[in-house]
Amino acid sequence: MARSSPARTGWLLSTPALILLFIGALGPLAIVVVYAFLEPGEYSGVVWNFSTEAWFRVFFERDIFDDTVSMADAHLTIFWRSVKLSLLTTFITFVIGFPTAWFIATRPPTQRAIWLFLITIPFWTNLLIRTFAIMEVVRNQGLLNSFLMWTGVIGRPLQILYTDTAVLIGMAYVYLPLMVLPLFAAIDRFDFKLIEAGYDLYASRTKVLRRVILPIVRPGIVAGSILVFVPSLGAYVTPRILGGGKNMMIGNFIELQFGQGRNWPLGAALSLILLLIVLVALIAYVRVTSNDGGRDGQT
Amino acid sequence: MARRDFSVSALPGFGTIAVIAFVLLYAPIVTMVIYSFNDSESVALWGGFSTRWYAAAWENTQVQEATIRSLIIAVSAALIATTVATMAALGTTRRGKFKGQTIIYIMINQPLMVPEIVTAVALLIFFAAIKVATGIQGLGYLILAHSAFCVPFAYLPIRARLEGMDMTLETAAADLYASPWQTFRRITLPLLAPGIAAGAMLSFVISLDDVIITEFVKSAGQDTLPTYMLGQLRRAVTPEVNAISTALLVLTVLLLTAFFLLTRRRG
Repeated sequence: MARSSPARTGWLLSTPALILLFIGALGPLAIVVVYAFLEPGEYSGVVWNFSTEAWFRVFFERDIFDDTVSMADAHLTIFWRSVKLSLLTTFITFVIGFPTAWFIATRPPTQRAIWLFLITIPFWTNLLIRTFAIMEVVRNQGLLNSFLMWTGVIGRPLQILYTDTAVLIGMAYVYLPLMVLPLFAAIDRFDFKLIEAGYDLYASRTKVLRRVILPIVRPGIVAGSILVFVPSLGAYVTPRILGGGKNMMIGNFIELQFGQGRNWPLGAALSLILLLIVLVALIAYVRVTSNDGGRDGQT
Repeated sequence: MARRDFSVSALPGFGTIAVIAFVLLYAPIVTMVIYSFNDSESVALWGGFSTRWYAAAWENTQVQEATIRSLIIAVSAALIATTVATMAALGTTRRGKFKGQTIIYIMINQPLMVPEIVTAVALLIFFAAIKVATGIQGLGYLILAHSAFCVPFAYLPIRARLEGMDMTLETAAADLYASPWQTFRRITLPLLAPGIAAGAMLSFVISLDDVIITEFVKSAGQDTLPTYMLGQLRRAVTPEVNAISTALLVLTVLLLTAFFLLTRRRG
């Protein structure tokens, strides 16, 4: 029997999946690129005239009366809030996630599976449900305020819901498993004899953590950070529910352009900027992890 | 002898932080589950145990329709995504590297990399144009969109299973004059079945959970359970939403448990 080449069979068998992804995801992205260079229609949609106005409007605004150009402060505020909250979310999930992953990885093998399962349940639970749950916690009569009043830290409930803090708490909560899982994978492969060697050579605990553990599990740290940062930056559900109408992030701002804003080209341009930031982060990730592969090849 | 409390892998405070993390992860969920059994109209005050909100959700025709719609979409998307993902996994593993393999990987995993809001916007534009041009409405758009973003979730466990599979059995079958189809049907497919089932389950859960893409692609009156719940939130939160959430949570946990039993390595 004539054996077909692996490449031909490979492509042939992958074709249905590729067609599906092309129609349902990849192809429409190309249309977004086109729309970002058109003029907005009066009510919705676009007018088929080439224009770079949408890109201009992302960063600048024209005064309606005298046509002077100024920075679009509202847009920049939204960008800054998105980046800031995403970075903070990444940081918080790391600070809580690293000890958690370490704890799971150092359990006896039989217990480990159970702890891991406990992390995966929230991970696979509907994001909307988890956001609802956290909403109940941060509301005025919620768990968090009740707890703080019980301990006497505050005298009256704090308004947390519909603030940036609520969005931050919510995102840290929903994305924590995304940080713990890759960290666990990295720590699980870690050779604990190296720590022993470090102590034998009179290194302090902090030194062992900083000079032995952290460098070796770095690919896991980078992977976890990317997995948290990317969806945080594009978050839509969490800021919409916990941030209310005012505390928008890029995702909500994009949606606004396709709803009340009625400016599809601007929405398309904003989507492409978001995509671009994500791609830069992913390329940085590939760079960092492939470098690590070369350097820590033996471990 | 080393001091008993000195373990090389122990780092001070890590255990405490981990336990706090688990408490923080589960406290909101547990609170939500408890409050779904709250008799009170208000979400904040406890008014005694009751299953009335489950009854209310069960009898709500909008919830019924949204549930059926969610299930139709999730089952269809899981079937389509798993079928194409199985083929792609068979084509891209165990044959040695070939030219363009990386491109296939990137394309298949693309839904994991592109922010969901961007895909949602792209699909909104694309499907809006088709809807205007053809006048065809219907669930097809949602099924297509869901099938596409489920592909990587179906592909990854199937590929993992294939990579861990012993090729000698297939070689043996071929040596015993089994045709390639017979080998596939009698050897490869049964061995691959747990991976396929796992992929299908993950796709089902992912589709059932989706909010953003559904919110953008759906036509009027095509709410799924998550978009219905999101819509309810614009008004006031009723304990009914807690009841629906708890029911979905139970379903997810059941499916996950099945998934873990299926993919658990033996021995």
